[in-house]
Amino acid sequence: MRNNLAKLFENTVNKYADKICVVDKDEQLTFSVLRERGRRIATYILQTKYGEKNKPIAVFLPKCKEVYEINIACIYSGNIFMNLDVKTPMARIHNIIDLIQPGLIVTNHQYIDIIQNENVGVDVVCIEELLNTELYPDDTLLMKRQKEMIDTDPLCIINTSGSTGTPKGVVLNHRSFFDFLDWSVETFGFDGSEKIGALSPVVFDIYDYEFCLMIAKGSTIVLLDNGLAMFPAKLLTYMQEQEINFIFWVPSIMVNIANMDLLSKISLNSLRTVWFAGEVFPTKQFNYWKKQLPQTVFANLYGPIEITLDCTYYIVDREFDDSEPLPIGYACENTDVLLLNEDDELCKDGEIGEICVRGTSLAMGYYNNPQKTDQAFVQNPLNKSYPELIYRTGDLAFVNGRKEIVFKGRKDSLIKHMGYRIELGEIEHVLIDSLGIVKYACVVYQYEKKAITLFYEKENSVTEVEIRKALAKVFPKYMIPTVYYCMEELPRNTNGKIDRLMLSKKVNEG
Amino acid sequence: MEKILEILHEIRPEFDFGESDNYIEDGLLDSFDIVSLISIIEETYNINIDGLDVIPENFATCSAIASLVEKYK
Repeated sequence: MRNNLAKLFENTVNKYADKICVVDKDEQLTFSVLRERGRRIATYILQTKYGEKNKPIAVFLPKCKEVYEINIACIYSGNIFMNLDVKTPMARIHNIIDLIQPGLIVTNHQYIDIIQNENVGVDVVCIEELLNTELYPDDTLLMKRQKEMIDTDPLCIINTSGSTGTPKGVVLNHRSFFDFLDWSVETFGFDGSEKIGALSPVVFDIYDYEFCLMIAKGSTIVLLDNGLAMFPAKLLTYMQEQEINFIFWVPSIMVNIANMDLLSKISLNSLRTVWFAGEVFPTKQFNYWKKQLPQTVFANLYGPIEITLDCTYYIVDREFDDSEPLPIGYACENTDVLLLNEDDELCKDGEIGEICVRGTSLAMGYYNNPQKTDQAFVQNPLNKSYPELIYRTGDLAFVNGRKEIVFKGRKDSLIKHMGYRIELGEIEHVLIDSLGIVKYACVVYQYEKKAITLFYEKENSVTEVEIRKALAKVFPKYMIPTVYYCMEELPRNTNGKIDRLMLSKKVNEG
Repeated sequence: MEKILEILHEIRPEFDFGESDNYIEDGLLDSFDIVSLISIIEETYNINIDGLDVIPENFATCSAIASLVEKYK
């Protein structure tokens, strides 16, 4: 039975023992080496107190081959892996650790001081020590653990911005990854020949999908160094050298590449499949990609982390005008997407409603956060007969004349910025309540320039630089506003609340 | 040079660009900043920078950026 990804990985290793599974600059891992290292680390975990089933294990490393080794180990040991972003300020990492309470943090010699100095109260171990010891995989122990696992046991936790200043840890299980893998393999014919150009940070669900596709089909992951994203010409040259044939990216970087007209100078002949998700891809720049790579299949995917990667897709099969938005298409197989109006009834064609999702793809909830879980994962209002959960995305959409779903925006102040999901309210909350440096503030998003914009009321004499510096201690860089407006008084609506809508219009409509 | 320092300060007011001899290695600029920097420079000097010139060497220091601008002027 298919109860755990370790089983799929065993099959893949049998088939492709000497094939390369991860390319990390000059270093490479083969499937058999990845298995060996994963099982050694897993044996360590199982022989120590950290081996409690389904206990989270945090990974504090930049994107490198070792992250894959530890993640595989967690699958073998039946632990939930939670990758952390080393660029995130330690205050935020501390919050995450406090909430999730992992049993162990795995890092390396370079990063151990940073995490230990933070005194998070969790044991820390370096991967160098785990792999240096005379530790051999303990077959009996590993097999015993595998027999105990079921497909609703969690694979990973992914943290996402929450309005209260502490991220929410989305718990995703093995079964939901099987589900998304099945759909993707059937729809796109993935067969292991994929050379994936992996650009996503280890904290993105895209990372997890690439990892699972490698496990399930024997595809090869080529790590694209994050520094490369700054300099697209270098990135594309490297992809050409590596003969990358599949990418799953967020549009930001693709927009830069289009604006620099780089694809006409550096051709990506090998690229067969391009997926993009995470934010709206402006059609003008998309059309550039499509024109430069006429043989490539392009798919627009949509979905929040809570439903495991994505729940709708649109394979671009016709021409679009630069001003026409790309639809998000149709529900992935074995997923039901309901558009519910304000009365919780199904929308008619053309009517705008909230995207709600039903199916195996649903996350287990938010880790150690029953309140937020209950708000987002709710009883299907269309089903009065038995318990059945749906996930309410908070995203709005409608069905067009071709029966395609078209994204329409948000119900609240959540945005997607450079692929990251950001609750604008969280930035306000931290500025006003946690840091207390301004009394009244409102954060809005300027869509065209992709700029997080802060409006704040002039008080004492706090400067933009001071605000930036204070926020940089709390937030990762992508969450720090880049445009600042200091006002004598922020506009208020009739209820005396800050008029967010008006400020948003101000920056978006000029 | 001074104009460019001014632009850099506008993009990342919290950093002292005089202190660093490699903005990229020191992490003073990220991909988002590079994009903003290019668009401001293109506007200010009325030039159009070729994507192939957007490489770390050309953005490592203020003088590197200045020579890049010179090339297009």
